[in-house]
Amino acid sequence: MFKYISKRLLMMIPVLIGVAFIIFTIMDFTPGDPARLILGEYAAQEDIDALREEMGLNENFFVRFGTYVKGAVTGDFGKSYRNNLPVSNEVGSRLPTTLKLTFLGMTLAVFIGIPIGVLSAVKQYTIIDNVTLIAALLLTSIPGFWLGLMMILFFSLRLDLLPATGIDSMKHFIMPSITLAAGTMATLIRMTRSTMLEVIRQDYIRTAKAKGGNEKRIIFIHALRNALLPVITLVGVNFGILLGGAVVIEAVFAIPGLGTLMIGAVRAKDTPVLIATVTCIALIGGLITLIVDILYIFIDPRIKSQYVKGSR
Amino acid sequence: MSEKLLEIKDLHVVYETDEATVYAVNGLDLVVNKGETLGLVGETGAGKTTTALSIMKLLPDRIGLIKNGRIQFEEHDITKLSEADMRLVRGNSMSMIFQDPMTSLNPVLTIGYQIYEVLELHNNKMSKAQISAKVDEILKLVGLPPERKNEYPHQFSGGMKQRVVIAIALACEPKLLLADEPTTALDVTIQAQVLELMKGLKDKFNMAMILITHDLGVVAQTCDKVAIMYAGEIIELGSVKDIFESADHHPYTVGLFGSIPDMTKKTRRLNPIEGLMPDPTNLPKGCVFHARCPKCMEICKTKKPQSVTKNDHMIRCHLFKYA
Amino acid sequence: MSEHVINLKSSVKKRSQLKAIFHKFKKNKLAMFGFVILVILIIIVSTAGLYLDYEADVETQDMKAMFLGPSWDHPFGTDQFGRDMFARIIYGGRISLFVGLFTISIALTLGSLIGATAGYYGGKIDNIIMRIMDVFLAIPATIIAIAIVASLGTGLINILIALSISRTPQFARVVRSAILSVKEQDFIEAARACGTKDRRIILRHIIPNAIGPIIVQATLSMATTILVVAGLSFIGLGIQPPTPEWGTMLADGKSQMRYYPYLVVVPGIAIVLAVLSLNLIGDGLRDALDPRLKN
Repeated sequence: MFKYISKRLLMMIPVLIGVAFIIFTIMDFTPGDPARLILGEYAAQEDIDALREEMGLNENFFVRFGTYVKGAVTGDFGKSYRNNLPVSNEVGSRLPTTLKLTFLGMTLAVFIGIPIGVLSAVKQYTIIDNVTLIAALLLTSIPGFWLGLMMILFFSLRLDLLPATGIDSMKHFIMPSITLAAGTMATLIRMTRSTMLEVIRQDYIRTAKAKGGNEKRIIFIHALRNALLPVITLVGVNFGILLGGAVVIEAVFAIPGLGTLMIGAVRAKDTPVLIATVTCIALIGGLITLIVDILYIFIDPRIKSQYVKGSR
Repeated sequence: MSEKLLEIKDLHVVYETDEATVYAVNGLDLVVNKGETLGLVGETGAGKTTTALSIMKLLPDRIGLIKNGRIQFEEHDITKLSEADMRLVRGNSMSMIFQDPMTSLNPVLTIGYQIYEVLELHNNKMSKAQISAKVDEILKLVGLPPERKNEYPHQFSGGMKQRVVIAIALACEPKLLLADEPTTALDVTIQAQVLELMKGLKDKFNMAMILITHDLGVVAQTCDKVAIMYAGEIIELGSVKDIFESADHHPYTVGLFGSIPDMTKKTRRLNPIEGLMPDPTNLPKGCVFHARCPKCMEICKTKKPQSVTKNDHMIRCHLFKYA
Repeated sequence: MSEHVINLKSSVKKRSQLKAIFHKFKKNKLAMFGFVILVILIIIVSTAGLYLDYEADVETQDMKAMFLGPSWDHPFGTDQFGRDMFARIIYGGRISLFVGLFTISIALTLGSLIGATAGYYGGKIDNIIMRIMDVFLAIPATIIAIAIVASLGTGLINILIALSISRTPQFARVVRSAILSVKEQDFIEAARACGTKDRRIILRHIIPNAIGPIIVQATLSMATTILVVAGLSFIGLGIQPPTPEWGTMLADGKSQMRYYPYLVVVPGIAIVLAVLSLNLIGDGLRDALDPRLKN
């Protein structure tokens, strides 16, 4: 078990370096001189040259990347071009908000999406199933940010029930997290329904019926756990998608998180902040996937015994 | 002495899908007495499994339908029993072993629990400890060490899994066991062991058994009576002696025996039955076998043969006309 | 004799496999509904030049006609610059559908090449390619697109590049797994035994047999791409005003939505319709292609 986790953690390192490398490479295509950006239009050429030298901008690409990674390992992501503050501070102060939003969104999606998916499968061929399916399809097709706008329009501007912007209380997170959750919720409903239907057709469900168990027992003891296995993997994968979605949703509700930080950094060509935010999102996404995979071991005995015995 | 346990009268079962209606069982009559073993023999698609699933009332939802007929089991007509009442019968006084042990067990539950469950469902008065003790006892009975009850199905071999399946089926000491090709998915050496085990347990509990198989060797070893099925009908029924030794047979039965190599006779080649089973969505007029029958007569193409019985040996063929 | 009949039947079956899939698709009411919507959208959008004048209807600002509610002249009203919302929605649709289609074509081509190479050759090549794809897949597609736009700048071409790159790894993955599932089958062995060249095996034998899941992925991916373009434009990193684009229109309308809600309602519905139709078609295709779902 420990072996498995540490192996998975080790496997994440090259992925992270790869992510940083890709982002670093993409950002290297940015036209314009960071030194000039920092010092301003009218700075003297000597000052710019001196700063370039100091920042190591004259080194070749790989040396610069190496220096960057070395710094990043010790938590030094460089300084923002905009305000010359350490990037790690800014990312650190914004991260909790984005995480809170994403976790709330995922919790909503899981705890509403999965039960509805199960219900829909159990009630296959009924109106409940049809309505759920169409609602889920519609929800998949609605852009999150537009759903957010519509909610602001209705709940904030019309009814004045919920605040449209800010993060001061839990109340502020209601609309953003629902907006963020909507798409994933729809995905989970559809996935849970289809795996549930798949499992219900299996031979072992027939065996369970042949024992004389009632429908409730068949569903909750025999079908659900098997059906949830692929859904759990999906939850892990969707975490990354939710983090990406959070960028746009934060813009809708003016939430000071990583997303708004990233958008600001793009506008200001603030490369260090951009690289750090993107890498940070990839890191969190990877960690969550890992956690979900570990959870999987506890639910699927086939995988568990593989690792507990240490056969791999 | 021979007391009726199960009596099926004129059973018709269809599968209705969007595209077509499959006539799986067409007017089947069958009697199984207490403690008796009946072999149900026939090609794939003859309706053997459908018959068994009808008896268990486990036909696929919304698709498999019993159109006509009566299935009298003890004092109930199963076709009229409610789902709730049927649940009390399933796994308790009647149980079923399925073909493929690899997929018949739930992969995320321990084998101990899967046996425990059926006992718990049908024995309200037993305490948890009593049930657990019973699980151990049953495991020993089917030849598995009780220490392994906390392991999962994937940790067992195919033959051992089938032992678990048998343990589940026999846990409540049913009066009727339906075994749907219980050894087909197993290695030949394991097949014999499992059959031996089933035979022993059947005698121990004095169960009746319907053994579905296409292996005539298995039938000869284990059964008292044999029913030969073709296209949803029983075309010949008799004691093992009737089927294996009598001179009179349905041409299909003759064909079945012609399809197995016989070690004692010198023959140059096997005589398989020509052709394929008729399309179950579109059954032929007259005798269902006439298109493949080497002794086909004009009447066979138009008129369905009635069953003819002599000393409990039933044949459904125009060739035979005992008064 | 009946054996011959059976053989004949199975060969007929194979020939009409596409027909059967089409038949199944046609019977799926939701999928047909999506298909009809998409066709209507495409017709309206592609014939826009016939009944709309881009310069007059879409670009020209008319401060006297600001915020006019829906009327006969302006079915969807006018925006804060007095431009006709209907015309802008139609031309916005052109951009969305074009970006979707173009991106998917590029990503599909690149992804197929990469995935086919990895899947067909296997071993080390597969390992290296798929590890690189894993790295790309570790970054949400929206974020990669944002990074590329940040580096190259906004504008239609850069958006196309950004989205194509960000979509490619998914296609590589789908194509690879489709190919792996086909590769082991006997007829590929047979082709190889006949001395057929690799390239020919991939193009002639593997791709046609793996095409189903790829088409499904393409349709669903196009839906997602339209959502992402709108999202990027909405946060100001996509198509730039004054070019009409649904996301841009939403961003423009946002500040006025308290008083003129139709400014944000109409473009949103346009997005939902386009995306929904594609999702319905993709789902329908997936169901039609899935041999397990017989009913």
